[in-house]
Amino acid sequence: MSESEEPIEIEALPLDAWHRARGARMVPFAGYEMPIQYAGPQGGIMAEHFWTREHAGLFDVSHMGQLIVEGEGAAEALEAFLPGDISGLKPGRIRYSLLLAEDGGILDDLMVTNVTPPGGETPRFYIVVNGATKWDDIAFLREHLPDEITLTHLDDRGLLALQGPEAAAVLEAIAPGAADGLYFMQGTSVEWRGEQLGIGRGGYTGEDGFELSFPAERLAELAEALCADDRVRPVGLGARDSLRLEAGLPLYGHDLDENIDPVEGSAAFAISKRRREQGGFHGADRILRALTDGAPRKLVGFTVEGRMPVREGASIYSDEALIGRITSGGFAPSVGAPIAMGYVDTQYSAPGTPLEAEVRGKRVPLTVETMPFMPHRYHRQPRNQATGASK
Amino acid sequence: MTRYFTQDHEWIEVEGDTATVGITDYAQSQLGDIVFVEVPGEGAAVTKGDEAAVVESVKAASDVYSPVSGTVIEGNPALEDDPALVNSAPEGDGWFFKLTIADAGELDGLMDGSAYKDFVAGL
Repeated sequence: MSESEEPIEIEALPLDAWHRARGARMVPFAGYEMPIQYAGPQGGIMAEHFWTREHAGLFDVSHMGQLIVEGEGAAEALEAFLPGDISGLKPGRIRYSLLLAEDGGILDDLMVTNVTPPGGETPRFYIVVNGATKWDDIAFLREHLPDEITLTHLDDRGLLALQGPEAAAVLEAIAPGAADGLYFMQGTSVEWRGEQLGIGRGGYTGEDGFELSFPAERLAELAEALCADDRVRPVGLGARDSLRLEAGLPLYGHDLDENIDPVEGSAAFAISKRRREQGGFHGADRILRALTDGAPRKLVGFTVEGRMPVREGASIYSDEALIGRITSGGFAPSVGAPIAMGYVDTQYSAPGTPLEAEVRGKRVPLTVETMPFMPHRYHRQPRNQATGASK
Repeated sequence: MTRYFTQDHEWIEVEGDTATVGITDYAQSQLGDIVFVEVPGEGAAVTKGDEAAVVESVKAASDVYSPVSGTVIEGNPALEDDPALVNSAPEGDGWFFKLTIADAGELDGLMDGSAYKDFVAGL
């Protein structure tokens, strides 16, 4: 930490003691002490990574910010700085979106769920934002949302992510009916042991799974109930990072930041069709122009030759020309090789383009690769059913 | 043969004027799963306290410092195919490099096994 920075107070997660009792190695991240990996023969980044891909991993993501934005016109108000079609988001549906600065830079990436109750008249949105940015996000929302729209920070709730091919069966076992009929990017809520359990089918590993919002003071009870199932093991931040990298999912503060617009950040899919046609969101001029003309640089994935990992900060070259920078990289356990993500000048962004990264003064061959590196295994709604439901 | 330890968690086993260097069991347990090791090649000159090798876990790259100055005789070729040897046999088959010692006096400041054990217990 440099001297000019304010000392950052590190807080404890609601499950701090629970993690430590399981031998977690705790590290400071986003202002919290968080488990990076767990002890024992079943622990370690590699074992936890594979367990998630094969069974079900339980992640504590309580550092993330859980917000409610509600009031008449809430969707339209959010659309001033989120480029997604929020007013077209049906109750029970989740959408990935971006919080845009006035110049179109990405302040955060987030998930929005329409949680307007059935028959409810006042629109209500549940938003999950990154832990490291949540206080800035809250300040931004308070400044930019009209007075008649209410913003509530649900700081008394914790958040767990249950991820992996056995996640649905596990959730059904502790809360029968909770997962049935819920598809990827759909949310619901059920009562569990007398408290409201918010459920969103999604996550950040590329696997099928759920994010579970529950009162912080009783979060250990939920974690315990899930881990009582042999198919579930706790998984730390280390494997969360290797899983999301294999899934080709950007990490805010690394692959995306306020100097990047959504087109450069390969996040243009988050700009809904209607919004592309109508504009009217922060940075729309710049972003819509980039959509038409192309961006000067782009976020792409790379395979790496050999076994030496290429990590964040490494320079990327095409022969002698410096043409980019790695923003995330490491060894990918399921791929069995190092992989990376980074920005390159757009002319070098086509899959198959051979490039080099510099690591400790040495050149390492890279190839631009289509992401994800591991196929997504989301539990998507069958297409015909989706069409039927929208009519 | 005598084995010494550094505060940076390297071990060095000395036999006459040559020695073998690796990282301790404590170090590998802190690093977690090792996925890549870069060892110095034959003939490389290393200086006490300077980076001589790099060990990469899934999460991060860490420098390994040479406990003494000298000339590298051999980097461990087994680590190229099986970097996880550092996890499974850190103080044996997972050694990093062998060297000829330039100045045996540099060994004086290093810890012996029981001093290192106490040092780790106090961390």
